[in-house]
Amino acid sequence: MSYSTLAVAAVIGVLVVDLAVYRTRMVTRRAFWAAYAIIVVFQLLMNGVLTGLGVVTYDPDTIWGARIAYAPVEDLLFGFAMVTLTLASWAAVNRRANTARRRGLDTDTRPSSTR
Amino acid sequence: MGHLTYLGLLVGCLVVTAPLELVLRVRVYARWRRFLLAVLPEFVVFVVWVLYAIAQGHWDYDGDLTLGVRLPGGIPVEEVLFFLVVPLCSVLAFEAVRKVTGWDAGYPAEEALPAGERR
Repeated sequence: MSYSTLAVAAVIGVLVVDLAVYRTRMVTRRAFWAAYAIIVVFQLLMNGVLTGLGVVTYDPDTIWGARIAYAPVEDLLFGFAMVTLTLASWAAVNRRANTARRRGLDTDTRPSSTR
Repeated sequence: MGHLTYLGLLVGCLVVTAPLELVLRVRVYARWRRFLLAVLPEFVVFVVWVLYAIAQGHWDYDGDLTLGVRLPGGIPVEEVLFFLVVPLCSVLAFEAVRKVTGWDAGYPAEEALPAGERR
């Protein structure tokens, strides 16, 4: 499979994970898109340096050919999938941990507050 | 920067985002166990992706701009670190947005909860 195909598949995959598996629904949240807008600027910067300097080089046969800030556009899909999977997992882990702790408020066995 | 180019970029990411933890107190480093758990799916999927991409020749890394330390499968050590550092910076940015705006993230805010957790 080419990089292009994998990049598109990855985006679809993380959307399924976010919306149907974790049900964290990150891609429906303002906070997610605001954070992503910040992250994508830094991604273009770092990716631009990595590809501009030639730290990473791509086989032209495996990409569409369009580039943004030196990097193949596929990198934007790669980055989106990576960031979305990370933030959805982070939300899922915190949802579980914080909800469990909040429920602990209703029991007599909770540790006393020190804060 | 030569061999330290890629590594330097990763360190730069950590330096730029450090104030979010130190000044804004988003408590991501403080919740490092949760972070490691949350990063696991991303880390596994993307390292496997890179190993496949290297094997297929989709992309390659310049030996003069990396440390030159290649792990099994030909993946440079910096590339492995990339899949920990960038997610960490992303979570820091996300928590910063949450903290500044108060927008819902789909899970109860940790700040609203009682202490008592040993971290």
